[in-house]
Amino acid sequence: MSGHQRVRFYQVGSHVVGNRLLDPGQRTVQARTDRSNAITSGHRACRGCGEALGARYVLDAAMRASGGQLVAANATGCLEVFSTPFPESSWQLPWIHSLFGNAPAVASGVAAALRAKGREDVRVIGQGGDGGTVDIGFGCLSGMFERGDDVLYVCYDNEAYMNTGVQRSGATPPAARTANTKPIGKHPGNAFGQGKDMPRIALAHGVPYVATATVADPHDLERKVEAAMEVRGARYLHVFVPCPLGWGSEAKDTIKLARLVVETGLFPVFEAVDGEVREVTKIRHRAPVEEYLKLQRRYAHLFGPDGHPEIVARIQAIADRNIERYGLLDGDVSSSHGYAEESRHEEGE
Amino acid sequence: MKKPYAITLDVGSSLANHTGSWRDERAVYVDRMPPCNDACPAGENVQAWLYEAEEGDGGYERAWRKLVKENPFPAVMGRVCYHPCEGACNRGQLDEAVGIHAVERFLGDEAIRRGWRFEREAEPSGKRVLVVGAGPSGLSAAYHLARLGHAVTIHEAGPMAGGMMRFGIPRYRLPREVLEAEVERILDLGVELVLNRKVERIDAEMREGGFDAAFLAVGAHIGRRAYVPAGEAERIIDAVSLLEGLEEGERPLLGRRVAVYGGGNTAIDVARTARRLGARDAVVVYRRTRERMPAHDFEVAEAEEEGVMMRWLSTVRHFDGGKLELERMELDEEGFPQSTGETEELEADSLVLALGQEADLSLLEGVEGIEVADGVVQVGPDMMTGHPGVFAGGDMVPAERTVTVGVGHGKLAARNIDGWLRGAAYQHPPRPELAGFETLNTWYYSDAPRAHQPALEAARRTTGFEEVVGGLDPANALFEARRCLSCGNCFSCDNCYGVCPDNAVIKLGAPGERYEIDYDYCKGCGICVEECPCGAIEMVPEQT
Repeated sequence: MSGHQRVRFYQVGSHVVGNRLLDPGQRTVQARTDRSNAITSGHRACRGCGEALGARYVLDAAMRASGGQLVAANATGCLEVFSTPFPESSWQLPWIHSLFGNAPAVASGVAAALRAKGREDVRVIGQGGDGGTVDIGFGCLSGMFERGDDVLYVCYDNEAYMNTGVQRSGATPPAARTANTKPIGKHPGNAFGQGKDMPRIALAHGVPYVATATVADPHDLERKVEAAMEVRGARYLHVFVPCPLGWGSEAKDTIKLARLVVETGLFPVFEAVDGEVREVTKIRHRAPVEEYLKLQRRYAHLFGPDGHPEIVARIQAIADRNIERYGLLDGDVSSSHGYAEESRHEEGE
Repeated sequence: MKKPYAITLDVGSSLANHTGSWRDERAVYVDRMPPCNDACPAGENVQAWLYEAEEGDGGYERAWRKLVKENPFPAVMGRVCYHPCEGACNRGQLDEAVGIHAVERFLGDEAIRRGWRFEREAEPSGKRVLVVGAGPSGLSAAYHLARLGHAVTIHEAGPMAGGMMRFGIPRYRLPREVLEAEVERILDLGVELVLNRKVERIDAEMREGGFDAAFLAVGAHIGRRAYVPAGEAERIIDAVSLLEGLEEGERPLLGRRVAVYGGGNTAIDVARTARRLGARDAVVVYRRTRERMPAHDFEVAEAEEEGVMMRWLSTVRHFDGGKLELERMELDEEGFPQSTGETEELEADSLVLALGQEADLSLLEGVEGIEVADGVVQVGPDMMTGHPGVFAGGDMVPAERTVTVGVGHGKLAARNIDGWLRGAAYQHPPRPELAGFETLNTWYYSDAPRAHQPALEAARRTTGFEEVVGGLDPANALFEARRCLSCGNCFSCDNCYGVCPDNAVIKLGAPGERYEIDYDYCKGCGICVEECPCGAIEMVPEQT
């Protein structure tokens, strides 16, 4: 069953956060007045920060799933910097700051210590940005996966090193401009054919639970956190979190971008159990990649009189490849029509 | 407290850091004017009553009560109103407009079935108001005046209440028990109805009856005539008399072949009625084309389904020996019909003239201050005529002649009469900004095709006056209500509360289920505005 639209006919069904017409049990944790607000107000994230939002979605859901028995180990990065400028902290759960590269190892250690103390009721989350996860912390994470440590590791992916000034990471997409990719020339922006597809690398480790999610669909994201919390062992959640500062997008467009990255097919949202992809979020209203790219200045060089339509076409080809690989459209809907039939995912009232 | 080396500050929560100071724009909740409300001639708050109905069984009575605050005739309206609300509905740009009239009818029928009654809102004012005419406008005014605490008497010239709802709209579109139930409920508020009482002169009537104000809504019941040279034996009838006679129990002899001259809704109604009375051929003769016909498309389509035939671009020259001589017309560049000189014949046993109606304004003759132009009484924006204390509305004043416009006039006049009687002029509340389609984030709305009302099969339509269009069943009515986008008005979806990266939205919870912005922490990112499905939040620049 898809995370999308589980309830029909309530105007907005389950596409929105809550909805007064839904049974409280069918609304998200984010709709509840008693949500933990694991990362509370007063943090110094930029306006419209997707990462602050993603961290609250994940941790509030995990707090609820664990009955508030939760520890988080946090890699160095934006999330750590904007939440804990001394002497303030935005965290409303036990939280440990690690080095940039060893958050998975610190989380493994916390889990080992809890086991030693017989406190297996307390659950552990490791978290970091894409740099701390796919580059610097990669070895520690791979080890954590291999050992099967009882940790849910969450990567908040904003596709570059934002904290240090928008440098390219292994998660930066092709053609996106960063502070240290070619600023000019025939093919400015990040190179094609590089980078790491972290969710698939996690899958290849054979861990019991791997999923991707975005801040545009809290129902889906929360369900995945809940599912991950029901499993013991090493688990991986990759959350797409737009960054207005690093991407040159409007603060108000953070969720719109997270929605468009799914609707274009550029970021496949799926869930894999025991190494097999079990479910994908279907595209509801298919959008061409331009719609997503044009909202971000990091892609501005692709458009206008000196633009690069051939590069846009290559990005579109990546989206098309994802759509095919993950089956993101419903079989009976032609892609040219552009609208995916959603009724097949719906259950009756 | 002794602190470690180089530490000078106490450890604490980031709540001490008021990030609201970063803001140059602030998010503010608004209530915009939904296009349906904006388009409703009766001033119904459509979005608001749909909001209640969306709750289902528990919300229907609240929905109905909200609806009848503006319009006492939901069951009638849901059948006969041409629903301009649906033409304006933003959902029309998404898939199909919400079937507002169908939900309205459902609520009206529920109210009749469950026996919901009106309540008086105000203490008796001690003032007496005369309403002339028990049509939609007069009854609407009487209803609102009674709720506002005034003693109301209606003088109706005819033998039954309802006006054009009874004499102009055939029962296959509006069953009489529905009309009667809704009229009865108004009378139950204590409104006195005097039938067969024609008012000769309004000023004298008011003086003799001791009325403090009057609302005139005599309608337009005189059929407009056209000179058609005809033989002695030919039957020429006017449409209004025909429909009125039918209502009073007459069975008009129209013959097997009936021609109807005119192109409005009345012409179509008469042709459809003729079919039901046994006419084999019912032919509408109209001098222009279907595109230029004032009758509504759906009425023409329903008539055609019932076997009514159309003669476009034709005028009647004369009627003799059971034959009509028609002249072919053609439209000039401005779209006016011009003679061609070509003629053709149409066999007919009778000819019904449906060329429009005029108002009988004899009760105003010689009354001081009254101004009449183009056959209708002139009124101000407050619906008052030039004679102080005498207000008028409905078909006798310059406006579109529909039941809903009449009902709207009745309400507006009642509020102004109330103000006039209490010595404090009625102030129309300010109209908020329109909630246009561009203010919505339609991604969030479920794809939901419209629920259609059942229609009686054509064979059964021409043999009787059974209602043609059926009502929605409860499941469909609820579905249809929930298709509403709630344009410009919060419907408690929790999106703003969920999407704020700074936890700066406070959820107030039931009842009302609305929200507040915590400006101590709102950084002014605008995500809540962008992600509000219904456009109920806007960004406002901060004062510097």
